[in-house]
Amino acid sequence: MMTTSSYTKRVDGRKFDEPRQITAKAGVIKKADGSAFFKIGNTAAYAAVYGPRELNPKHMQDPKKGVLRCNYNMMPFSGTDRIKPGPSRRSKEISMVTEKALLPVVNLEDYPNAVVDVFIELTETDAGSRCAGICAAAMALADAGITMRDMVAAVSTGVVDHQVCVDLNGDEEHIHDVDVADIPVAMVPSTGEITLLQMDGIVSKEEFLSAIETVTPVLKRITDLQRAVLKDRFKTTEE
Amino acid sequence: MSDEEKLFVQDKEVVVPGEVLAEGLSFLPGSGTYRLNDKIIANRLGLLTMEGKVMKTVPMAGRYLPKRNDVVIGKVIDILMSGWRLEINSPYSAVLPLKDASFSYIEKGDDLTRFFELDDYMVCKITNVTSQNLVDVSCKGPGLQKLKGGRIIEVNTHKVPRIIGKRGSMVSMIKNATGCKVTVGQNGIVWISGEPEMEVLVVNTLKYIEERSHIQGLTEMVKEYLEKATGKTVEVPDADSLPEDAPEEGREFQEDADRPPRRDFHGGGPRSGGFRSGPRGGGFRSGPRGGPRGRPPRRDSRRFGE
Repeated sequence: MMTTSSYTKRVDGRKFDEPRQITAKAGVIKKADGSAFFKIGNTAAYAAVYGPRELNPKHMQDPKKGVLRCNYNMMPFSGTDRIKPGPSRRSKEISMVTEKALLPVVNLEDYPNAVVDVFIELTETDAGSRCAGICAAAMALADAGITMRDMVAAVSTGVVDHQVCVDLNGDEEHIHDVDVADIPVAMVPSTGEITLLQMDGIVSKEEFLSAIETVTPVLKRITDLQRAVLKDRFKTTEE
Repeated sequence: MSDEEKLFVQDKEVVVPGEVLAEGLSFLPGSGTYRLNDKIIANRLGLLTMEGKVMKTVPMAGRYLPKRNDVVIGKVIDILMSGWRLEINSPYSAVLPLKDASFSYIEKGDDLTRFFELDDYMVCKITNVTSQNLVDVSCKGPGLQKLKGGRIIEVNTHKVPRIIGKRGSMVSMIKNATGCKVTVGQNGIVWISGEPEMEVLVVNTLKYIEERSHIQGLTEMVKEYLEKATGKTVEVPDADSLPEDAPEEGREFQEDADRPPRRDFHGGGPRSGGFRSGPRGGGFRSGPRGGPRGRPPRRDSRRFGE
């Protein structure tokens, strides 16, 4: 039984199950083996993949499978508060969860003793940056020709005063007078496996389940977009 | 189990990871695809090629992964106990063992730098790739040799077949038009040697091809490009008139040629034993680098194509 919510209209006028506007592009960083840009609302992420390449120091090599290394970083000017350059507790944790969100799809057995490096840079942030980073990274990995079982799509879902809302923006996340919960979700679309699930805030079990249910079709649509963008790069243009 | 057979894509279509290609148990997964229940799904970005019911993808992006029988250009990065380690523009380095380095006999404990020095480039053929991606190469065969002089550039490894053309038609045209010697490795390393202006023209031509690799009738365009640059008429070699035994499409070298071995190295001649003094009979010497052996090719530091 869900309580009635005071949050009847979203701050930017979106529908409750509507994500912000998404633009994406593959092959944005020429020198990288694969790269992608993913922008959702005012959150923009670049991802560059280097590798597979030789892993040094040698003791880190794994003869059974390759190693995936992710690095998440916010640019100092990306948000209203300046971000101090360099790794922080937060960025290290997000790097780790990003890696874990991508690992289940990447066929690292194909690259023994090697490493695949993923660098994610956020140029603009307005909530949902780890999800934008994961979407960009999955596209960049595919663009680099890495063998992977499927794509990974990610978007945050949330609950604002008992109302489920997909893809909270910064303003919604910072509403103080009512309960707000932010739930970033990453999913392997073909199997529905959830590879990232975090929660910041308090929700009931019913609200949580309904939030996941609402976000699933949105994630499928994001994957369709990721795939279309990757294919676009190779459109044959007859001259 | 339903007997329904469904195909969701067409041959020669670009597919992306996770894309369902076909449904039904009669379809078979090849390289770059896998089966999930009764579905065939792509597991890398590539061009779908169907051979009957076998669905494969040909990679269109990413780094060069060594394949058996590929002819590549490698650089010596280390000298081992009984061979050389070569960098082949791939995540995995290759080993050139002593026995595959030269037709002449190399004695154990010999000074290996007499044959190949650090930073030398050579054309070699991949003889074996293990499950752990250990790569063995050979320098024995027609056209396989050390490279002297000229310059080395990198091109996109997936565009190499286009640069070589049908039965080598594209690369022969470039060679004829510029008078340069050109060797294209499957790993995207290209060696060019000739007049400096012409070398630059080859570099620009390769760049031209790389940017337009998806266009049909590219050979004609490249012909016009070369004619404009050289001011001479360039003939497009007719792929059908090229020798019957020419290598297959996209490969510059034949798989196996029945030609008498060429003696590239003369370092392993008969020895009188004991200490050797004075000049040796061989063409290689361990003396100062950059001596009479000719300078090694120059590698353009910038990655080619930007």
